[in-house]
Formats: sequence, C-alpha cells, structure tokens
Amino acid sequence: MNPKKVKHIVLAGNPNSGKTTLFNALTGLHQKISNLPGTTIEKKTGYFNIDNQKISITDLPGTYSIHPKGEDELISVGFLIDPKEAPIDLIVFVADAGNLSRNLLLYSQVADLGYPMVLALNMNDLAAKKGISIDIAELSKHLGVIVCPVNARNEIGLAKLKEAIIKVDSAHQSTFYDGTGISDANFFSNYRHFLQDQIQKLNELDPEQTKKNELDISTETTARYHKIDKILSSSLEQDAKKNKNFTQRIDSVLLHPIYGFLVFYFTLFVIFQLIFKVAEYPMNWIETGFGFIAETLKTNLPSGMLSSLICDGVIPGIGGVIVFLPQIIILFTLLAILEDSGYMTRVSFITDRLMRKFGLNGKSVVPLIGGMACAIPSIMASRNIENKKDRLITILVTPLMSCSARLPVYTLLLSLLFIEQKQSWVDLRGVILLGMYLLGFAAALLFAFIFKLILKQKEKSFFILELPDYRKPRLKNILFTIKAKAGDFVFNAGKIIVMVSVVLWFLASYAPGDKFKKIDHKYANYTADDKAVKIQSERLEVSYAGIIGKTIEPAIKPLGYDWKIGIALVTSFAAREVFVGTIATIYSVGNPDDVKTLSAVLASQKRVSDNTPLYSLATVLSLLIFYAFAMQCFSTLAVTYRETHSIKWPLVQFFYMSGFAWLMSFIVYQIFS
Amino acid sequence: MNASELKQGDTAVIHHVEFSDLRNKLIEMGCFEGNKIKRLYTAPLGDPIAFDINGYILALRKEEAKLIEITLKKIES
Repeated sequence: MNPKKVKHIVLAGNPNSGKTTLFNALTGLHQKISNLPGTTIEKKTGYFNIDNQKISITDLPGTYSIHPKGEDELISVGFLIDPKEAPIDLIVFVADAGNLSRNLLLYSQVADLGYPMVLALNMNDLAAKKGISIDIAELSKHLGVIVCPVNARNEIGLAKLKEAIIKVDSAHQSTFYDGTGISDANFFSNYRHFLQDQIQKLNELDPEQTKKNELDISTETTARYHKIDKILSSSLEQDAKKNKNFTQRIDSVLLHPIYGFLVFYFTLFVIFQLIFKVAEYPMNWIETGFGFIAETLKTNLPSGMLSSLICDGVIPGIGGVIVFLPQIIILFTLLAILEDSGYMTRVSFITDRLMRKFGLNGKSVVPLIGGMACAIPSIMASRNIENKKDRLITILVTPLMSCSARLPVYTLLLSLLFIEQKQSWVDLRGVILLGMYLLGFAAALLFAFIFKLILKQKEKSFFILELPDYRKPRLKNILFTIKAKAGDFVFNAGKIIVMVSVVLWFLASYAPGDKFKKIDHKYANYTADDKAVKIQSERLEVSYAGIIGKTIEPAIKPLGYDWKIGIALVTSFAAREVFVGTIATIYSVGNPDDVKTLSAVLASQKRVSDNTPLYSLATVLSLLIFYAFAMQCFSTLAVTYRETHSIKWPLVQFFYMSGFAWLMSFIVYQIFS
Repeated sequence: MNASELKQGDTAVIHHVEFSDLRNKLIEMGCFEGNKIKRLYTAPLGDPIAFDINGYILALRKEEAKLIEITLKKIES
C-alpha cells in the first residue's frame, strides 16, 4: 500500500450539469440524481481509489456563480471560499458541454480562487445533437487546464479523468481574469478576501454599498463573459442546421398556454388512477398473506400473553402498513419520472403566475408536489427558492399537501364509503382521492395567502429558472430511488409502528387495579355466545388505552369520534400511518376471534349510545378532513425547525394546521350528521 | 425596447441590463451585452416568459424581462 495521504477533490459546477451522476459513477454510491436543477442541496462526501491513491470526493450543490442567491448556492460558495476542516487539493469542474459559455463563468470564478482544476466536459452526446463541436486541445490550451470529455451517465471517459485527477497537483494554478485591480503576487488570496467581504457586506444591507457592489460585480461578470466568448470563438463550433432540438418540439405542446395546463391536469389524473387501479392487485395479495399468517400463528402458538402480543398487536400493526407499500412505490416512481425527464421545471413555469398571487413562487411547486410523497425532503428542497419569504411560506404550507403517510388512512376510510365498488374504467375512489389531494393543495394556497398578508418582506420576489433539456428517465436511477424510499417506509415507519403497536397492546391489555377481574366476575354466570366479545370490549374500555381515549373524548366528540378513534388519534401524532395499525390493533384486541379484513370489521362497528353505525358518512368525512389538515408528524416539525433555525415556525405550523383541522372536521360532521 | 416586448419566435441582441438587485444575476444567466435572446414560450396569462439564451432555455417573469434592453435583429431563423 502507498502511504500517501488522502487526496481531497471537490466536484463543482452549475446546477444540473451532472455532478452527482459523476459522483455516483466514481464512488459507486447512489446519491439522488434527477433532471431538476437543485436536486443536491447538501454537500456529500464519498471515497474511492485510483491505483493505490485513496481519494475523498465532495459533491457540492450546483451554483451558477460565486455570488450566491439561494441557500443551496450559499452552501457551495461558502465551502469553496473557505473549506475550513477539509482543505481542497483539486477541483473537478463539471461543465455541461451543451451550454459551455454559461458553465465557464463559474469555472473562471473558481479558478481565480487559486485551486488546481480539471475540467470535465459532460453530456457531449447532447451537445453533438445540438450541433455543437468542441476542440478539446484548443480549449485546454486557452484555459491552461486538462480538459476531459466524459459521459457520466454511461460512465464513458472516466479512465482519462482519473488519470488527470492523479496527475494534477497543487502547482497547477492558473489565473483566468485579472481585471479586479489586485496585484499579481497575492492574486488568489486577495480575490478570496474580496469575495468574503462582498458576502458579508451583502448581509449588512447598506443600500449605497449594495448598489455599488452590484454594479462592480456585474461589470466583472460581463468582462468574464467577453473573455469566455473570445476563447470559445476559437474552440467551439455551432452548426445551426444540425440542431434537432427535440426539447423545443415537446415544449411547444407542454408549454402551450392551453394544452400545457391540460397535460398537467391529465398527468395528475393518471397518477391517481394508477395508485388505485394498479396497486389494487398486490394490495389484495398482501392483505390475504397477512391474514393467513395471523390465523396460522394463532392456531399453532400456545395461547398466552406472547401469542396475543404477536397475533393481535404486532402482526396486524405491520400488515396494516405493508399493504400500502404498492401505492407508495407507484407514487414515488411517477414523481421520479417527472423529475428525471425534466418536466417538473415546466410545471414551475406554467404555475408561477398562479402561485405568485398566493405569496409563493413557481419553484414552490416542486416542494408542494414532492409533499404528496413526503414533506420532509420537500421542505429541504425549498432551499433553492432564493427569496426568504417565498421560501418560509413554502415550508409552512408544504405539510398541508397530502403525503404518502396519509394515503393508507385515506384508503382505509374511502373503502368504508364504498364497500361495494362497481367495475368501471374510472375508479371512483381514485377520483375522491384526487379530490383529497386537491383539498390539501387548496388549503396550502389559502394559508400561503394568509401568511403572505401577515409576514413582512424586505427583498423582492423573483423567478429566474433554467429549463433543462428533456431526457429519457434513467431506469436504474428510478429503481434506486424506489428502493431507498420503500426501504425507508418499511424500516423507519415500520419501527415506529411496531413500537407503537406493542405499547398500545400493553395499554389495551392492562388496567389499573383489579378492573379486569371485576369484569370477569360480572360475566361469570353469563352463557350467551357473545360472552368473549362482551368481556373483551368492556376490558378495552377500562384499560389504560381506554382511559386515554376517554380523557380526550370530550374534545373530539363534536367531530363525531368515540374514544377508540381517540386512541388512534393520539398514536397518530407519532406518524399518521400509525392510525391504520392502531385501528387494526384496537379492533382485533376487541374481537379476538375473527381475522376479517379491516374495513369489514370497521363497517360493523356500532355507536354505543344509539346503535347506529359508528363509521357513518359524517364520521368518515370528518376523519378524512382531520387527517388532511392536522399536523401529526414530529419529523416534519423537526425539519422545519432545522430549516428555519427557529422554534417559532414549527410551533406556528403545528397550531395553525391542527386548529384548522379541528374546525373543518367539526363543520363537516355537523353538516352531514 | 426590452425583452418582454419581443414577439414569440423573434430574436434580438441584448445591449444592456438595467440596474436592479437582479442585474448581476441576469448577466450571470447569460443576459450580457452582445448575447442573442429569442422568445420561445409564454406561460398562461402572459407571464412568465421562456427565452432561448445562446442555446439554453431561461424562464423569467415579465418584470425581470423588462430589465433587459434589446435591439431587434432581422436574421436567419
């Protein structure tokens, strides 16, 4: 082994230039990639070896220049100007060959920080389709660095790039632009201080100084571009006739003022149909499978506490959640296709005008649509919204979008509304489900508008967005996304669900004092068939779980819920999907003898007071509304805290959402009952 | 004339970006003096607008497009 120290290289470049694809190709890791500028929002480090040299490689969020506008750009620029604990030995600058002029602007700025550089020209295949040909030797000569054509997607050109990574050392510095009036000897460190000063001054917001800075910087930027253009005029050729421009042909339909919106709505409609129609088959298999497991275990295990814990607590809890895996996989697949194809940015484009009215931004659409999968990564994705107020409002309202954790709850409740579903090409549940998602979206807009009126704003909102070329979604990439998301759902959500199920089983199986004994005593001489059921249901009522449910019953009675639903509401505050597991556990604890499918069990529940069905239309609608709006996810509150650096905003989020949920559920229940 | 007044499909040459907080940002995105700009698409209700800037698509709000001063260019497609 070579005892040489680890060489630290950094991938820098414009958003969507393929840095993470290259990172994955070099390290064999699977960081999330897509055709959506701003997918990487944190710096990530991985390791690989070239011969015996160990290399650590850091992938940075893309930035258009060294003068950051958004939070994600600030992460990259801050790191490049002052890498602190991780000194940079070499920068591999990843540039999109199809848009070289703009990519080289950042290249020139990074080069002037004094780092040794290698230029990786990515996506040459796409550039060739646009009629662009680049003279590598000529470009390399003018820039004074090694230029490596690569195709990160197909892992072409990596060997040459690795060779360059080993070869280039700290002696390879080259100045690009020297119009800053700084003397040559300390050019690099001076340029660095100049930038640091500017970032600090921008924070101080002294209007006169800011204005002068903006003028200085923009003059410098223009000068850099003119120099870049001069270099490219000798090293790049553009054959306008060869430009096939596949993207523009698609966009003439997808960005059409009328068809564009139709296509968008149709896309959403198809997503919701698929979630119900296609997912139905695997869901039936899973349901049958878990029923079979519970029944088999019950007949074969010696009856006792442990058996009861497994068959009545853990298995229904897990089964009640695994069954929704097919729907979640379909949802994440479709979202990944939208991102990877490049369509997501078009959605931002056509919705910006509408979103602006509500205090949001076209870029808010990405977190909002992502919020249909999960609010946590979506809130983090809001980092590429440059305007602080737009971003804060986006963070606050994103959890109102119906996330995948609500999907199991909706599905269960909808199945109660349509016990007998007639076969037709449109699944009515799919239509109502789409309605639930639209309701979440409408509430998000409503509250965005309210926050827009309340919150004060200094900077002006703007929308400057690159629309990348369309690309064929990468199957491998989508499969990794699904694997990660499905794994996350099963293991992380699964952990909470099993824990909650076990705790719940204990709470439901024990009572303070000798209450259970008294019930047994009461029924000692009772001989009718429903003896076991009666004992169980009275036991649940006096158990610890029953006490919790009864305690909150007064608060939820106006919404049409009884104390059993109350228990599920309480446990849902760990995570929404726990509702299904809890309901499964509660009712199976109450009726130990049948392992019927859950919705049939629920449909047969009667209200104790008047013997009417407990899950009536009014109750089910009220529950749907409550789950649509209430803030019942601690992880989301935690990420809001992390992104806003303030305890105030998660609290605001919790109270406005839950208060609104209570109010709306109350209104719905009173109207329909 | 500014970029928001450009007709669908027309090409022009940028000659100046007006002073604002976004001046440098717009220049960075390729709206520098001498570069070509072509109007490609308009979102519903006339805003935002997508332009071709030297081979890539940039979407801007009307307000931002107004900051970009242009000269019409009668040229090849």
